[in-house]
Amino acid sequence: MAYASGDAPLNQDPHRAVFQARGLCKVYQMGEVAVQALRGVDLDLHQGEFVVFLGPSGSGKSTLLNILGGLDTPTSGTVRYADHDLSVYDDASLTRYRREHVGFVFQFYNLIPSLTARENVALVTEIAADPMTPEEALALVDLAERMNHFPAQLSGGEQQRVAIARAVAKRPAVLLCDEPTGALDVATGIKVLEAIARINRDLGTTTAVITHNAVIGDMADRVIHLSNGLVSIVECPAHKKAPRELSW
Amino acid sequence: MKGQAFAIAAVILCGVATYVMFLTTLDALKLTRATYYAENRFGDVFASLKRAPESLRARIAAIPGVAQVDTRVVADVNLDVAEFVEPVTGRLISISEDGEHALNLLHLRAGRLVAPGREDEVVVSEAFAEAHGLQPGDNLHAILNGRRKQLTLVGTALSPEYIHQLRPGGVFPDYQRYGVMWMGRVALAKAYDLEGAFNDVVLSLQSGANTQSVIDELDPLLETYGGYGAIDRTDQRSHRFLSEEFRQLEHLSNMFPSLFLGVAAFLLNVVTSRLIGMQREQIAALKAFGYGNGAVMWHYLKLVLVIAGAGIIGGIAFGVWLGEQLAGIYTEFFRLPYLRLALDTQMLVVATLISSAAAVAGTLFAVSRAARLRPAEAMRPEAPVRYRVSLIERLGLRRWLGQPTRMILRHIQRRPVKSLLTIIGIAVAAGITMTGRFQNDTVRYMVDVQYGMAQREDLSLVFIEPTSRKAQFALQSLPGVLHTEVFRSVPVRLRHEQRSYRTGIRGVEPSGDLQRLLNVNLQPVDLPVEGVVLTDFLATMLEVRVGDSLMVEVLEGSRPVREVTVAALVKEYLGVSGYMDLTALNRFMGEGPAISGAYLAVDKQALPEIYAALKVMPRVAGVTLREQEIKNFNKTMAETMLFFTYVATLFAMVIAFGVVYNSARIALMERGRELASLRVLGFTRAEISYILLGELAALTLVALPLGLLMGRALCDMIAQNLQTDLYRVPLILDPATYAFAATVVLVSAVLSGLLVRRRLDELDLIAVLKTRE
Ligand SMILES: Nc1ncnc2c1ncn2[C@@H]1O[C@H](COP(=O)(O)OP(=O)(O)O)[C@@H](O)[C@H]1O
Ligand SMILES: [Mg+2]
Repeated sequence: MAYASGDAPLNQDPHRAVFQARGLCKVYQMGEVAVQALRGVDLDLHQGEFVVFLGPSGSGKSTLLNILGGLDTPTSGTVRYADHDLSVYDDASLTRYRREHVGFVFQFYNLIPSLTARENVALVTEIAADPMTPEEALALVDLAERMNHFPAQLSGGEQQRVAIARAVAKRPAVLLCDEPTGALDVATGIKVLEAIARINRDLGTTTAVITHNAVIGDMADRVIHLSNGLVSIVECPAHKKAPRELSW
Repeated sequence: MKGQAFAIAAVILCGVATYVMFLTTLDALKLTRATYYAENRFGDVFASLKRAPESLRARIAAIPGVAQVDTRVVADVNLDVAEFVEPVTGRLISISEDGEHALNLLHLRAGRLVAPGREDEVVVSEAFAEAHGLQPGDNLHAILNGRRKQLTLVGTALSPEYIHQLRPGGVFPDYQRYGVMWMGRVALAKAYDLEGAFNDVVLSLQSGANTQSVIDELDPLLETYGGYGAIDRTDQRSHRFLSEEFRQLEHLSNMFPSLFLGVAAFLLNVVTSRLIGMQREQIAALKAFGYGNGAVMWHYLKLVLVIAGAGIIGGIAFGVWLGEQLAGIYTEFFRLPYLRLALDTQMLVVATLISSAAAVAGTLFAVSRAARLRPAEAMRPEAPVRYRVSLIERLGLRRWLGQPTRMILRHIQRRPVKSLLTIIGIAVAAGITMTGRFQNDTVRYMVDVQYGMAQREDLSLVFIEPTSRKAQFALQSLPGVLHTEVFRSVPVRLRHEQRSYRTGIRGVEPSGDLQRLLNVNLQPVDLPVEGVVLTDFLATMLEVRVGDSLMVEVLEGSRPVREVTVAALVKEYLGVSGYMDLTALNRFMGEGPAISGAYLAVDKQALPEIYAALKVMPRVAGVTLREQEIKNFNKTMAETMLFFTYVATLFAMVIAFGVVYNSARIALMERGRELASLRVLGFTRAEISYILLGELAALTLVALPLGLLMGRALCDMIAQNLQTDLYRVPLILDPATYAFAATVVLVSAVLSGLLVRRRLDELDLIAVLKTRE
């Protein structure tokens, strides 16, 4: 089944589930050994929601996020994005899905070293249907003045903010961040989280952030704990904090 | 790594193989020729003359340094072979009937030698017999001194004197229309009224004898008897052609391997640099465990030597095989009696050492840098690479270029030396392809000039001796003959100060239409009424210019010697000679209106009748068909050049493939992370392929024009080596050759690109996200 583009935007119905995962299993075959990364995850992510995934290393957080983001496919179970069953997508359809709907931010930024900050963002805006300009996107993360710098000329936090600008410039339906502050010090990490929170708030982008830092859960609408490939606890913090109120 | 090691080994293999191939061929041919010459007692000095009494022989033998003297009767004749309509010419050479002639012994291939007392028996050159399907026992006819005589073939043979068999004035072998044959001395002498006399002599010299001083004593001795001037073995036609061929092989054996080994060294450098970059941590660990610099270097050199070793061993095996094939082709082409293969171990050692040295030199820098790395430093990843906005973008194109294109340009510019070497490597491939077709193109051009612009007759013929100009009317009146022009040609020695050269002067009709002289721009020139016109190369050899005077010594008739002014120079690619106005030459010779031959334009329909008429004209000694010379050329090319074209093309493809494949693999290693990141962002496979292969495509496209220029330069080097009095090879390359070279490179590049592109499908997107750069 090919993915059909030009679907109705998902930002209208706040109660509609953007993602719906049912019985999600992922088994990695490592030679003789089979590693059960996910053991039947049931999960809904809602429109505009800010979700934080918490869990110890190896609990399956990245595997789950990668499946939601169309980088990987489940061994069994289904995952739906809006009306579409991602679990049966082929490579070309998944590529198209990522291109049109998903913004990724990773621990190691993954910027293109030969392109300036602006060009790293332009990379995505050139192929998107309704993007902001690279300048707008960089302004969102407070990097307008440094847009002509190459990644090697930027600090880690700045590079991560470029990565965020690049992820959101195409106005994706979802922003998926895997340990975005993992390689950063506290102050820089907070700046990065602020940028993510601003995107979620101002653009209404459904946002999922993976972390093993429980403090970050305080800025979420919902915190989903994973352990050993299963959802163990789901909490809704009573009092959502701003990133600058966090400390660790 | 495996694919890359293989590609590099293949390039080394090609380099070693070309070297070994050329030298194996050369060694085999040299050894074969030397053995053949020794076994068949090939002469050292050759002279022909008008007629001398046999008693002169003793005086020749008395010249200090002469070992053996062999006097002979030699005659150029018209032959008539059953069922072969076209005229055939032949050279009859006497052999003593007791089968014991001293020098230039025949190598009998079938039948027997001429029996004593049998005047109608001949031994025929094997090539001629094969071309006509003649067997011992068959008959043919010859016009001997104006008398038709039936001859019986009793044997076929080869001779060291006629390894390269060309009719006088011919350029390419034609075994159907030119045959060398041997007849009993008594019979041949009788036919030419040379009983008790001879008109040709061959000498062998004692070892250590000075050839020139023997010639200097021989020439005055023969002069009284109409000697045309003795020549040393090095000027003997067959020997000379063979030596030129050898010289060319030697030249090629120097040129090609260095190109291949240069490319291989570069590839090894790139690959080991990359490998060491990736293995920094292992290097650090090794050093932390106390391994010394030498051990670390040895670790990498071992790898390089294994790759080079594989290439060298394969190259030697393939090169020996190719060399044997090529030597076999030459054996066939030159009709050598056998092939003596010599595996020169010293050459193999040299090949091995040179290739290993190139491989080690190519990697030494990278390897020694690895060895010098301090453990702590090596533990850290390499410093991030610094990119800059590329030159092309700064020239104002930036706005128009998408991000992927910018990535390509900046990546190329980041390592300018490597990019440049890649370009050169690809260019070399294009260049080598062109060399494989160059000879074909240029000789085709030479033939076009010779037979399209200068010699435009249908037939040319020579008389057995100078003939009255009245003969022209007889020819003109033959049915089917449209137009005739005549010429007089005399053997001369030209002298200018210390320099002298033996050639012919041809007196031609001033406004000839069939035979034209061409200036350096290949425009027909009018023949000056006075003075001599020289082939430009001959003028250079004699160091004369237009306006200088030249001493002309005629070696025929009354042998006049006089100064003549050089009136003009003409362009000729084949041979060198002088030209004069026909009447002026007659006057110079102090003779009436004599001619040596004629050019005919004929009605093709009437050819059979014309042939028949010419065959019975007693004074006609040889007939040459222009069209046939062109066919001979094509056949010669097909026999000798195709092999070289194939090998050059194959090896060029290996280079192009090796360079592009290695670059692509390195690019994939260097940029795999970037490309995977782009895939995560939603770039399709085609889009990232563009980034990976676009760089190579860009380098290839830049390399192509450069490669075509380089090919031209290589061909020029080859051509420069082929400037002799036998022929001057101009630098001519067909547009098709450029196109072919470009195609070969593009196809190899595309193939290797596709091979690497498949690997893009295997990019692990998720693994990339988990690791730091
Ligand atoms: N590509 C893979 N191949 C094999 N095992 C994997 C792979 N990716 C993840 N795993 C395993 O799956 C489990 C979950 O991994 P992951 O989702 O990365 O956990 P987290 O992100 O929570 O640390 C781990 O045991 C990990 O070793
Ligand atoms: Mg993880």
